[in-house]
Amino acid sequence: MKAGFLRSSNNHTVKIADIPVYTGNHFTEQLEKILTDAGRLCSLFAVRSEKNIKVYAVFADDLSAGLYIACGEFPIGGRYRSLAGTYPQVQLFEREIYEQTGLFPDGHPWLKPVRFPPVPLFPEIPETRIGETDFFRVDGEQVHQVAVGPVHAGIIEPGHFRFQCHGEEVFHLEISLGYQHRGIEEHLKGGPYPVTSHQMEVVAGDTSIGHMTAYARVIESLAGCQVSPFAQRIRAFALELERCANHTGDLGALAGDVGFLPTMSYCGRIRGDFLNLTALLCGNRFGRGLVIPGGIGFSIDEEREQDLAKRIAVVLADFTGATALLWKSASVVDRFETTGSLSRETAESIGLVGPAARASGCMHDVRQDHPYGYYRYAHIPVSTCDTGDVFGRAHVRWQEVQASVAFILEEISSTKKGSSTDRSAADGSPAGRLASESLTVSLVEGWRGEICHVALTDDQGRFGTYKITDPSFHNWFGLALALRDQQISDFPLCNKSFNLSYCGYDL
Amino acid sequence: MFDVIKTRLAQGYRTARYPKDAPTLPDRFRGLPVIAPQCRSSSCMHECARVCPVQAIAEPSFVLDLGKCIFCGKCEQACPEKCISFTGDHRLGATDRQSLLIDEKNRLPEIRPLDEARLRLFKRSFKLRQVSAGGCNACEADINVLGTLVFDLSRFGIQFVASPRHADGLLITGPVSKNMALALRKTYDATPAPKVVIAVGACALSGGMFAGHEQVHHGVEELLPVDLHIPGCPPHPYTILDGLLRLLGRM
Repeated sequence: MKAGFLRSSNNHTVKIADIPVYTGNHFTEQLEKILTDAGRLCSLFAVRSEKNIKVYAVFADDLSAGLYIACGEFPIGGRYRSLAGTYPQVQLFEREIYEQTGLFPDGHPWLKPVRFPPVPLFPEIPETRIGETDFFRVDGEQVHQVAVGPVHAGIIEPGHFRFQCHGEEVFHLEISLGYQHRGIEEHLKGGPYPVTSHQMEVVAGDTSIGHMTAYARVIESLAGCQVSPFAQRIRAFALELERCANHTGDLGALAGDVGFLPTMSYCGRIRGDFLNLTALLCGNRFGRGLVIPGGIGFSIDEEREQDLAKRIAVVLADFTGATALLWKSASVVDRFETTGSLSRETAESIGLVGPAARASGCMHDVRQDHPYGYYRYAHIPVSTCDTGDVFGRAHVRWQEVQASVAFILEEISSTKKGSSTDRSAADGSPAGRLASESLTVSLVEGWRGEICHVALTDDQGRFGTYKITDPSFHNWFGLALALRDQQISDFPLCNKSFNLSYCGYDL
Repeated sequence: MFDVIKTRLAQGYRTARYPKDAPTLPDRFRGLPVIAPQCRSSSCMHECARVCPVQAIAEPSFVLDLGKCIFCGKCEQACPEKCISFTGDHRLGATDRQSLLIDEKNRLPEIRPLDEARLRLFKRSFKLRQVSAGGCNACEADINVLGTLVFDLSRFGIQFVASPRHADGLLITGPVSKNMALALRKTYDATPAPKVVIAVGACALSGGMFAGHEQVHHGVEELLPVDLHIPGCPPHPYTILDGLLRLLGRM
């Protein structure tokens, strides 16, 4: 299936010279072949040099734990045949490539700005102004537009939503982002710098552990550095705690969006309890400084681990009670069911990831499909649902919290008391230079879904390009499609059931 | 219905008795840093300034700028003579940006209550509009937390409202990305005077770890007058609450 691509795997470093290179539309043909063969696109990005534009494609084969990489070479100012019309999962990547390098996708049905860079990257790329684009428009009697944002009504990040409605019914939702653009990727060129690992923790501040783990594993792979099993275990605990905190918050917010206040109040508090468990490990509720390249930033002794186990059992009991109310309330279930549905076919064709994909029946989970770190030793069951609606997305989250807590409890209880495990913190970054002229892909299953980091190093072992793909980059399109034929009043509910990141998308 | 009541009883009363009781913070929490008197005479190689990822420590005057600090604790680890240490004190807010510069005199950052005219209006009812302008959602998350039943912000008469036209002030997070500058300005203009501006988090105070990126400004003060600065990355919810209450002269 994957002839013509270099086979690699999660966190495996390959030499850039070993990646097959195709020119122009030969590359497009290769992409077409692998897409037809059910290849799932993890990342597609371009690197522009003075001579040419190189496009790198990373595909995942989830059944064989394989990652497939190929490169396309195009002249500056070049064009290629767009695949977005046939394979919607590439549409946003093609737009991003155009915005960042000027490489033009011929026949792209929706070639609009992705982030509206405020500083033009290259002189011949047309300048954009944030929020100004040719929004899709439906005309006709009683058809009206609703524009929301960038500043929203709650304590939430900025973004613009444009609804085309007929009465209450939404014909079409267009989402235009870029307001949070901070230039993270641009400033990683020539790195890593001292500030880099801190910036990785704020790619999306609610996913500090997820993005930092992906970054740490990039560095460790490029430096050929081993991480102790204990450090990997603590990282897995931290990632699962992050998942529990956010899922719990989402379940509470979903309850709030249908006016069911008991679960809303309890889950808001229980989310904080999960964050405080992360703070027990490292002092910070978001896990800042806990994951560092080479290991973990804090020693965790047996007593602290026991404390974690004791407290998380109490939190789980509170969580169970608070969320059981949801499923017992007919009015809640009725509002959740059949709202914002996405079929499995749609989810797969747009490349949906994470709980949103699993709620539509797709069995993707990086922890299972491309196991890394501690997930190679311990398996957490994958939670799925087949309804694809708000209920499905809520239910998957509910199951995942329980599976994550069970994993932490089981791991701690099965550790022999007084075992001689080295529980100390690593003392900083791995020594030694990063491999030069190499490429590493790092996948992590964050709470929103697949986080993909790809690093390409130059001849000095510095980052030539560092590409971050937050799960939100795949999933915003899913929210837009889920809103079709729904009531506009269901937007908050649908939005919360995806709960996507603005800054993770905007970078 | 019976289940709802049963669960209510099981969940118990969870609102913290703050400010009567001091908050319980984790033992590894990094709050207000203190600088030891021997710092100035130390013959060290200024390791602290060298390891600081956000240039919060200025050489050679040994001043730690809390407005830039992300509380990573690297300086504490690096100092060979243990001159810098992070305490568990969550009170970090300041009226003047200057009072966030910490040296070996260890003067506490100071919050003065609002002027009398605004205090009279806002002391018992203070409505805020939150604007995220390049924030990473960590500050936003810990502001949201103030609305949960642990903190129960509205018992102090403070609420977040949905429109700037209903607001007495803005609470702003993020370095102010260039792409949000206009929206922030419009939100500020839409807020009726007299108004209050509160900047929350290292990004909003100085650009934080994005300072120097051409895609962002260096914090809120570059565009708007700021009445209260709350440092942290992100600030602990109690740090934000403490700042709000002291700004309103309630502590």
